[in-house]
Amino acid sequence: MSTTESGNSSTESEVSGLDYEETQLTLAPPGGSKSEPERKRGFSESVDLRFGRPALEAHAKDPASGSSDGPVSGAGKSPASKAQVVGWPPVRSFRRNALRSCTYVKVAVDGTPYLRKVDLDAYAGYQQLLIALEEMFSCFTARDYTNERRLVDPVNGAAYVPTYEDKDGDWMLVGDVPWKMFVASCKRLRLMKSSEAVNLAPRTPQGCANAR
Amino acid sequence: MTYFPEEVVEHIVDFLGSHRDRNAVSTVCKAWYQVERLSRRNVFVGNCYAIRPERVMARFPWMKSLGVKGKPHFADFNLVPYDWGGFAQPWIEAAARGCPGLEELRLKRMVVTDDDLELLARSFPSFKSLVLVSCEGFSTDGLAAIATYCRGLRELDLQENEVEDHGRQWLSCFPDSCTSLVSLNFACLKGEINTNALERLVARCPDLRSLKLNRAISVESLNRILARAPHLVDLGTGSMMVNHHTEAYHRLINAFLGCKSLRSLSGFWDASSCCLQAVYPVCVNLTALNLSYAPAIQGDDLIKLICLCFKLQKLWVLDCIGDKGLAAVASTCKDLQELRVFPSDIYGAGTTAVTEEGLVAISSGCSKLNSLLYFCYQMTNTALVTVAKNCPHFTRFRLCILDPGKPDPVTDQPLDEGFGAIVRSCKNLRRLSLSGLLTDKVFLYIGMHAEHLEMLSIAFAGDSDKGMVYVLNGCKNLRKLEIRDCPFGDDALLKDVTKYETMRSLWMSSCDVTLGGCRALAAKMPSLNVEIINESDEADEFQENLSDLHKVEKLYVYRTVARGRTDAPDFVWIL
Repeated sequence: MSTTESGNSSTESEVSGLDYEETQLTLAPPGGSKSEPERKRGFSESVDLRFGRPALEAHAKDPASGSSDGPVSGAGKSPASKAQVVGWPPVRSFRRNALRSCTYVKVAVDGTPYLRKVDLDAYAGYQQLLIALEEMFSCFTARDYTNERRLVDPVNGAAYVPTYEDKDGDWMLVGDVPWKMFVASCKRLRLMKSSEAVNLAPRTPQGCANAR
Repeated sequence: MTYFPEEVVEHIVDFLGSHRDRNAVSTVCKAWYQVERLSRRNVFVGNCYAIRPERVMARFPWMKSLGVKGKPHFADFNLVPYDWGGFAQPWIEAAARGCPGLEELRLKRMVVTDDDLELLARSFPSFKSLVLVSCEGFSTDGLAAIATYCRGLRELDLQENEVEDHGRQWLSCFPDSCTSLVSLNFACLKGEINTNALERLVARCPDLRSLKLNRAISVESLNRILARAPHLVDLGTGSMMVNHHTEAYHRLINAFLGCKSLRSLSGFWDASSCCLQAVYPVCVNLTALNLSYAPAIQGDDLIKLICLCFKLQKLWVLDCIGDKGLAAVASTCKDLQELRVFPSDIYGAGTTAVTEEGLVAISSGCSKLNSLLYFCYQMTNTALVTVAKNCPHFTRFRLCILDPGKPDPVTDQPLDEGFGAIVRSCKNLRRLSLSGLLTDKVFLYIGMHAEHLEMLSIAFAGDSDKGMVYVLNGCKNLRKLEIRDCPFGDDALLKDVTKYETMRSLWMSSCDVTLGGCRALAAKMPSLNVEIINESDEADEFQENLSDLHKVEKLYVYRTVARGRTDAPDFVWIL
């Protein structure tokens, strides 16, 4: 279970709070200076996360960054087995439960008659969530299509875009805000036909077309 | 000394506050024992199974304040089965019969039922203060009984308890005549609260100084409450979910502007950076800040907040504060005494944002630091040596490297030298938790230098029995030793059995002690309860069928004057 998502969102220099104009997920190495101009990233880039991070490991660890990529990928223990050690890490149940509050949300897919429920806390980031949604509505495949992660129905070729309703009642594109913020504010998910989703958020021109 | 009239001895003894001093005085002679026991007002029982409640009540009939602890510490981490014990009932019943003048009760890690709370509420006419920490077994119905029957209640403090929600009306049970509340903490309750009743209660309690709300309380409600209680010293907010563009947000700003006495702030449930500006005005006076339930507050906004809190003495945060945030703490909070950095990503692969560098920064900036709890993914010996040099005043040092048995990433060495430096430098160290890769050497250092150590927690450490023996031999003041997943076996356990009489308790789980070793211990030391907690399928077999070589999963040994336990469940064998 890679948590590049949470790793990125916790790199202080890159992410501020709910200042939407500046909120962005950067894929720069942790602690590295922001070489890219600030811009709101399109959905595709936001969710284009790499597992294993071979590229990131090649970068020298910035001592000021504080995020520890090395030990995580280098450690022999898989995180899953870590999580299964009873009573480890030594955190009181109250705290564990408080930080993983009710994070079950309904998932609706345009065109299907029934809803499902997912526990957002079960996923470390957007990548896992999409894969889980893909498995849940197994008619879809997540195709790496020009750098975009979309859920595509192979039967009719229709693409679906994950959207969510936040605590203010607004419908948002999944992937814009840091993962933890998303988990805290997401009330329900809807896989919207991409033809309908265009009205949700402005897309930067680069976001759609470029392969990086 | 027997020619001192009793009144003089009484007068002298009255000056003694600490339990230790009073315990010592009571052993001098029979006369002094009598004087002391009749004058003791505060009684503390560190292990509820060390003595029968009736004996405590009989010895201290004029007790005003009672504190009792139940389950062993590792129960916090789900290592003790649910129905192991630690029942409050016998204590409350005995107190109701023997000490009706009781005014204060503090229980930690105990099972408290609604019936217990009702009995408590009805039995003590002068009852003033109830503090429950990490307890379970009760619901809001029990709280309703407390609210209804405790006239003159000053304090109701519920810290991190598991409370079943049976509705919101318990708070309405405080009668209109209740105006005496000084401290009310219901932050751990999960359910809704009658906010009207709360606001009226707050309005009619002019002495209210500490109020901690739960997550169900909205910002709108907080605004109304703060308007009625601007003299609060200690506030735990409810939900801080608020949008900049709302009336509620502007009211929040004004509300905090009015809180001139606020010194301690916590809560921040669901808080994002949005709400932080509202608390800026109180930051300059804060001595305690708890942001450890606010994972969305991080980065520059968190740093901006911290930089205003230059009087901070106690700070609890999540590790998303990062090394950079800790550097900000180090340069701002020169009076910092206690720091806790909790993990925000417990289940993940962990790109935590704090490393040894954050801790080193803190140690250079905050020389008054004496209490630390630090979760991180890595630590180096060099860093620990530096920390030890910078902060010799640690009384509590708890380091949790999240990856069990992880060595120093720079040198690939165990962390023996680092922790060795800590125990050598911090002469007043009373509590220590170890982690990372550790050999027997670290225990040698601890035994040699940690003279005042009272509580030691060990996990995934050590090479052999020698490690445990170093500690038992060396630490003269050791009271509690808790060990999990270490290669310590019968030889270590039985090396010096009389040592356990000088300690409150020993916990060993997933170690190498066998049933035979435990039986031997029990046989040699009748003054100890040797409990085997056996949850596996083999628990169905009779004890006798298991060979002495059977490895014991969980062992809990404690000194006691009450032999055995009548309330132990089936899976607990007391040898």
